[in-house]
Amino acid sequence: MIGALRALGRKALGFCERLGRAHVFLAYTLLGVPESLYRVHALLYQVYAVGVLSIVIIVVSGLFVGMVLALQGYNTLVDFGAADSLGIMVALSLVREIGPVVSALLFAGRAGSALTAEIGLMKTTEQLAAIEMMAVDPLRRVIAPRLLAGVLALPLLATIFSAVGVYGGYFVGVGLLGVDEGAFWSQMQSAVDFHDDVLNGVIKSVCFGAVVTWIAVFEGYDTLPTAAGIGRATTRTVVHSSLAVLGLDFVLTALMFD
Amino acid sequence: MNETPLEQPLVRVRDLSFHYGERAIFDHVNLDIPRGKVVAIMGPSGCGKTTLLRIISGQIRPRSGSVVVDGLEVPSLSRAALLALRKRIGMLFQSGALLTDLSVFDNVAFPLREHTDLSQRLIRTLVLMKLEAVGLRGARDLMPAALSGGMARRVALARAIALDPMMMLYDEPFTGQDPISMGVLLRLVRRMNETLGVTSIVVSHDVAETASISDYLYVISGGKVVGQGTPQTLAETRSEWVRQFMDGSPDGPVHFHYPAPDYAEDLHAGSAAPLVST
Repeated sequence: MIGALRALGRKALGFCERLGRAHVFLAYTLLGVPESLYRVHALLYQVYAVGVLSIVIIVVSGLFVGMVLALQGYNTLVDFGAADSLGIMVALSLVREIGPVVSALLFAGRAGSALTAEIGLMKTTEQLAAIEMMAVDPLRRVIAPRLLAGVLALPLLATIFSAVGVYGGYFVGVGLLGVDEGAFWSQMQSAVDFHDDVLNGVIKSVCFGAVVTWIAVFEGYDTLPTAAGIGRATTRTVVHSSLAVLGLDFVLTALMFD
Repeated sequence: MNETPLEQPLVRVRDLSFHYGERAIFDHVNLDIPRGKVVAIMGPSGCGKTTLLRIISGQIRPRSGSVVVDGLEVPSLSRAALLALRKRIGMLFQSGALLTDLSVFDNVAFPLREHTDLSQRLIRTLVLMKLEAVGLRGARDLMPAALSGGMARRVALARAIALDPMMMLYDEPFTGQDPISMGVLLRLVRRMNETLGVTSIVVSHDVAETASISDYLYVISGGKVVGQGTPQTLAETRSEWVRQFMDGSPDGPVHFHYPAPDYAEDLHAGSAAPLVST
């Protein structure tokens, strides 16, 4: 009993200590963000690595999610004679929720895990120590551009996801199920508000981008410098950032769409 | 009489203690690294040689004691002062630690681009000079993955001397090298020392090779300095421990066997149980 309590206490203390370390890490990294803006080439390369290389998975997923939304939505709406509102349903679901959340989950799996593995390997092969020994702060030089790139890339990816998803819904709804094309687009245009819906969705994905990338770079930086350590850190990145995205989505939705 | 700054050792370690958890890595260690010399720190694996380099370069802080490098008390330096000091220290890591996404040329140019405002033309000239010094000017366009272990270390050496440091730290530079690579690296370490006038600290357990290029040796074991002197004096030492280490004898004060119960008793203890479990 005492042993179990002690183990629980040790775990809780360990968790708090790690959380504190992650915040100190973030604070020092943020100090390096302005400098990253001047290193345009390095920043663009990171945006390419985490953003452009994730486009295929985002486009394919967005297309299928939009198509499934249209199928499911049509089956429900048609019972109420509201099949013409399919455009609204698909667009609002995508820009408010599914676009930012699913893109963030895919981003965590595709780009987050790659970031953790890359930084973890840099630590294991002493590259981070070497950079530090060359009087360069690795948080500023290596971590800050990656964090900034993640924050920039995810909103763009989520926007692409939603846009492709809307076209997926259009192909199924209008092309296959016979929904009126004019009604599909015009109802969507009148019901989807740029500020309340689209912008809030973008704000969500900026937050998700920051959290997922923060978790990914911290896990890589804090990894145990062994092969098993990198494996565990990569898994933790995907699990923790997925949970963080879903939890944060609830909070943001409650704040934005009360 | 007070020493003038130039007579003072470049690195002065006093009363240094460091622990990993409960395990004492250093227990009140004293060391002096004189200017312009090659000093080797030797000892068995896991005795804390690399930790010592990391303490001297300020990557980790000791529990207690004083580490003075060129008049600066390293453990109490601010981050900015520590970075300024590191610009004057070159370090060769055991693995080379080249940045894998940069070519050989860009790796050597990295510290120059970070810390100087030199023109690209001048940086190119300097990088080619450094690469020429390690014999790899022709490999400037290769990526680190295309280099052998020995070549990677030579590139890392060129990168470490890019800013003309006052001190070079070598972490196990000869480990895992074939005889030719080792010969090349040995010559380079000594030549850098003589031509650039740097002070070198070589951490190694390759006894004969390291002793052949060193001016002074420290032997560390169990958290203490167990032997020190010039290669000649250490070769003639009467300390059994240092003798065993220098000669590479399998048994001596450091036992071949890990502590265990009596061999015969241990074997008989198992005879009560059946040999084949059913």
